[in-house]
Amino acid sequence: MRALVIVAVNVFREAVRDRVLYILVAFAVLLISVSFLLGQLTAGQDVKIIKDLGLAAIATFGLLIAVFIGIGLVWKEVERKSIYSLLSKPIRRYEFILGKYAGLALTLFVNVAVMTLAFYAVLAFLNTRFPAPMRAAWPAPATDPGMLLAIALIFVELLLVTAIALFFSTFSGPFLSAALTLGLWVIGSFNADLRNFEAVLQSPAAGWIARGLYYVLPNFAAFDVKAQVVHALPVPPAYVLTTAVYGVVYIALLLTASVLVFDRRDFK
Amino acid sequence: MSAIRTEALTKHFSVGFWRRRPYVALDALTLDVPDGEVFGFLGPNGAGKTTTLKLLMQLIHPTSGRAEILGRPAGDVGVRRRVGYLPEHPYFYDYLTAEELLEYFAALFGYAGAERRRRASSLLDEVGIGAERRFQLRKFSKGMIQRVGIAQALVNEPDLVVFDEPMSGLDPVGRREIREMILRLRDRGCTVFFSSHVLSDAEALCNRVAILAGGRLVTSGSLADMLAFQLRGWELVVTGLTTEALEHARGLGRITKATLLGGDRYALELPLSTPPDRILADLTAHGAQLGSLNPVRETLEDFFMRQVAAVKR
Repeated sequence: MRALVIVAVNVFREAVRDRVLYILVAFAVLLISVSFLLGQLTAGQDVKIIKDLGLAAIATFGLLIAVFIGIGLVWKEVERKSIYSLLSKPIRRYEFILGKYAGLALTLFVNVAVMTLAFYAVLAFLNTRFPAPMRAAWPAPATDPGMLLAIALIFVELLLVTAIALFFSTFSGPFLSAALTLGLWVIGSFNADLRNFEAVLQSPAAGWIARGLYYVLPNFAAFDVKAQVVHALPVPPAYVLTTAVYGVVYIALLLTASVLVFDRRDFK
Repeated sequence: MSAIRTEALTKHFSVGFWRRRPYVALDALTLDVPDGEVFGFLGPNGAGKTTTLKLLMQLIHPTSGRAEILGRPAGDVGVRRRVGYLPEHPYFYDYLTAEELLEYFAALFGYAGAERRRRASSLLDEVGIGAERRFQLRKFSKGMIQRVGIAQALVNEPDLVVFDEPMSGLDPVGRREIREMILRLRDRGCTVFFSSHVLSDAEALCNRVAILAGGRLVTSGSLADMLAFQLRGWELVVTGLTTEALEHARGLGRITKATLLGGDRYALELPLSTPPDRILADLTAHGAQLGSLNPVRETLEDFFMRQVAAVKR
């Protein structure tokens, strides 16, 4: 357990010293800030636009960080051979994998927290620019804490993406890992279509396969409640909990698979 | 007790893209490295040295056979607390400074904050890394990285160190310093197992060596035993030798080579078949005086070349 924490802290330190991360986070914060200007172009829709853009920015830049750091987590250590010295120390291979994962999860948490703070700061500023009667007409207050639910689910989604990237990086190079992870994310975001495929397909076998894939592939669409929170529609706590548990179980399965693959690997 | 013991340790790799076929990187290596000695693991490129070291460190899994380190199976994580390892051409996280890297590894051994810093600092002193220790490793030269690599292998005060080509990338000063460090490690009871193809290093440092070629163990044993009986002849240094006496000895085929050292001082090489006392008596009868008499032994390099050539045949 101690080794796991030490590896995790080192992953965080590596991320903190990586300029790419700062560029991504700075760009996200900039985009959230610019949404304030965009909002002014659309009369009466300011708050909605900022909320839409802000949540989308958190999700998108979080995704970029998760994929592009995630695919290098293991691959870089193996390719550059820094793993030789590390694994000769008293550390088990599973501690290495879980430590790497925990480190990136911590990095993502800090990044999502920074982006969320920027997001709420812009909304709080906007709140002061509108008179009370106008604010009363909004479906939800500008700094609606309900949006944190959407951000929490985005965070779980990012943890799932990280687990996928980590899994692929235990046995393949960065380009293949990135392509496979992003591919799975795209398929998973339109997963509902797979379930309904059998209604439009002639072949029952193809429909059956599509339904099978629907259950096997990660359902990223489930984590997306951005539209609901922006329109102040209720998001049942049970739904959030079930989706989070689904994410955690999926992550656990992926991490187990990563450990099993990594355990068998030879570092030639 | 054995520091390292392997029994029929074998590793096959699959090679080829479409039709995968096994490549025997290491073939049934049985080796015993006694405790507290400096053991040289020698062989030409591609002999299987690095494969063996990686098997010992569990970086690769054996196809068959067994390996034990300090009496425990090589896969035992607990035993790694007592082992240090320097990989071949080491590479470390280039975003860390040398100090941070050593502290990171020391933390994995459970050293607390102050002790971590103390260990990192004293080891960096020992391997000759000065103020550069606060630079990120991306600014380090190959030789400096090698020094950091040696320091990280010693961070836990190991009972056994496994060095893969420890002299690689070092300048002559660095090589000498590392040689002295290896002897210091031996003096404090640490077993040093190192691979090398630099035979002079092995000859200067090792109690025992093993020679590997083509994935197979060619020979293993005490360096002194290996070379002691491999006498090639004698070297006799004499003064006051007359030309007539020299020609006489040459005529009898008792001298392989005579080199004038200066004045009337000669170094004479005698074949093994010539008893040195008889020729010495002969020469002194002609007025020569003995300077020195030394056996000419086979060097490790000669021995190595002969062993490896035999395997190739």
